[in-house]
Amino acid sequence: MASTTASAFEYAPAPESRSVVDIAPSYGLFIDGEFTEAADGKVFKTVSPSTEEVLSEIAQAGEADVDRAVRAARKAFGKWSALPGAERAKYLFRIARIIQERSRELAVLETLDNGKPIKETRDADLPLVAAHFFYYAGWADKLDHAGFGADPKPLGVAGQVIPWNFPLLMLAWKIAPALATGNTVVLKPAETTPLSALFFADVCRQAGLPRGVVNILPGYGDAGAALVAHPDVNKVAFTGSTAVGKAIARQVAGSHKKVTLELGGKGANIVFDDAPIDQAVEGIVSGIFFNQGQVCCAGSRLLVQESIQDELLESLKRRLATLRLGDPLDKNTDIGAINSAEQLSRITSLVEQGEAEGAERWSPACELPTSGYWFAPTLFTNVTQAHTVARDEIFGPVLSVLSFRTPEEAVAKANNTPYGLSAGIWTEKGSRILAVASKLRAGVIWSNTFNKFDPTSPFGGYKESGFGREGGRHGLEAYLDVR
Amino acid sequence: MSDKTDKTEQQRLGVFKTYKLYVGGKFPRSESGRVYEVTDAKGKWLANAPQSSRKDARDAVVAARKAFGGWSGATAYNRGQILYRVAEMLEGRKGQFVHEVADAEGLSKSKAAEQVEATIDRWVWYAGWTDKIAQVVGGGNPVAGPYFNLSSPEPTGVVTVLAPQESSFLGLVSVLAPVIATGNTAIVIASERAPLPALSLGEVLATSDVPGGVVNVLSGRTAEIAAPLAAHQDVNAIDLAGADDVLAKELEIAAADNLKRVLRPQPVDDWTATPGTDRMTAFLETKTVWHPTGSLGASGSSY
Repeated sequence: MASTTASAFEYAPAPESRSVVDIAPSYGLFIDGEFTEAADGKVFKTVSPSTEEVLSEIAQAGEADVDRAVRAARKAFGKWSALPGAERAKYLFRIARIIQERSRELAVLETLDNGKPIKETRDADLPLVAAHFFYYAGWADKLDHAGFGADPKPLGVAGQVIPWNFPLLMLAWKIAPALATGNTVVLKPAETTPLSALFFADVCRQAGLPRGVVNILPGYGDAGAALVAHPDVNKVAFTGSTAVGKAIARQVAGSHKKVTLELGGKGANIVFDDAPIDQAVEGIVSGIFFNQGQVCCAGSRLLVQESIQDELLESLKRRLATLRLGDPLDKNTDIGAINSAEQLSRITSLVEQGEAEGAERWSPACELPTSGYWFAPTLFTNVTQAHTVARDEIFGPVLSVLSFRTPEEAVAKANNTPYGLSAGIWTEKGSRILAVASKLRAGVIWSNTFNKFDPTSPFGGYKESGFGREGGRHGLEAYLDVR
Repeated sequence: MSDKTDKTEQQRLGVFKTYKLYVGGKFPRSESGRVYEVTDAKGKWLANAPQSSRKDARDAVVAARKAFGGWSGATAYNRGQILYRVAEMLEGRKGQFVHEVADAEGLSKSKAAEQVEATIDRWVWYAGWTDKIAQVVGGGNPVAGPYFNLSSPEPTGVVTVLAPQESSFLGLVSVLAPVIATGNTAIVIASERAPLPALSLGEVLATSDVPGGVVNVLSGRTAEIAAPLAAHQDVNAIDLAGADDVLAKELEIAAADNLKRVLRPQPVDDWTATPGTDRMTAFLETKTVWHPTGSLGASGSSY
């Protein structure tokens, strides 16, 4: 890309300083207000995906640790849930403010551990994290106004398992509503991105949060499974793959655990012939290349009206050639590293399958760094609905382009997926937006924009994208006994 | 007696504060040049407060109107953070307000502290409402036709608030905060007998990122200041909390001239009780937007 072709887009490096964050050589589990080793002494390493540098060594939670954490959360539940809502609110407001104060530190940390560009952690992840805590703080003493009855009660201990694509933001989506409603939590961050959750434990310390209210258990899938299975967990909240979501749904069957699942997607970005092309191109780019496409609600299928397909693709390719891939800490970087070797190999194999099945692969000229995990922005044309790249969630910077002739066909194709998380509609005609939106079986529809998030706005999927909503007034229900 | 003993026995003379109005983000004296004597509950002199004129009231309306566009146009999240900032600033100046409230209301230090703490928490309560009230009182309407139909609350505009006469600080904030939380701008008439906490609050607002003109604080004779405001054509609403029955009726009649929204005085036994949403909804308009949804015909999708 820009690094290989001399163009008007040559930039000098503009790296954000790492000195704002101090990463310790090792971290423990955070249980009952203290950092502690795993019962079996196991540890694992977390690396920076852009350099493969080891950042820290982390205690790895096992079943015994899960039990200890759940017991700590249970013990804390009585007092925490009995606190007046206004007092819980003030704890959450404190957390929101401390996150705002420490947001640059946390942004750099997140970029190091996750591989996403600093411009995203600084301008999207961190502001949204603080806003989410701020928003739910305000609900803590207003639950009787939320439409769930006069005095809705918390559920108890929430077991929460989150993914690596937005580590701290997913933590906020889970912890803020849980605490506001009076639950206590045990949260397992993803094994490739444990650091920001452990820094969050320190934010809780600064906020004076009572011990045991928040417990953080870094670890692998086995720890997540043990948490979901623990008999004293009242609520399971999971964000991640549809396969694991289904396993969780089977695991909790027959129990009284309340469950919310936020799973995969294969979002359609539908562009009609009257759409403003330049804005649509920007929306398509942010829809699939934001966070290297590692976004459950990514617009990974482009449905373009046949009459403008050539024009749109030409503009899109021209735009892709200007994207800057490289050092995630560089403030000019658009595309950072893929989060892990495992994810990179999954993307690589799906893309190879796409080629083998006959779809046409295209990437801009793009020099990839020699260490770390990287994948060039990729576009598939000549894609049919039967192709794997049109059906499977790739979770990478890979866009499949399909075309349509009528709105009916666009809707039919958009809905032709087991998923139903997001969709985009690009047209100047308001009534068409609303007509198409009403027919789409998806939980979030963006019109003439894409990938917009706000703590006041509910988020979640139809069909195999999971159930339950996070965010907004609706997001409270997941953590309240509304029977 | 040595020089040294002289020095230790001599008490330092305190510096009195000149209490001023808070209008348009500035601290003017009354244009009338008038002040009136404010005393504590036992009649001891505390300060001379500005005695506002009708011209001061009109100036305050101009300031409030000027601030309305920016304040009502700010995001609810932004307003929430600013109201929370007021609580943060007040927490740091708690001592001053405990002192002023104790003097104003004849309370013990500990009772006054309870009042001030409840007042700080009241700001936090309304800070949390800014981005939730629309979700509680607004929403989509399932009209019987191919239309998208959404009702949203909007602030009514410039609101005159007669602060409660007895509860000089908690009562004041309990009527003021809900007005500005939703995006209105306010002209508040402080408790006539105990205006000092209200005038000091202006100093807190001025250092809390609240834009100038969003809150304007006037002190003086309630009836004298309220009359021109109740009749003012550029005031959209009036909260009569601090008016007695006779004054309230007079003002309500005057307010009818441009159909101001009027919140009548309601008996409040205990200002510390958790409020409802009524003080916000009293000063909200509901706007409903219709838009055709068009049709894709009978096809589309049955997935």
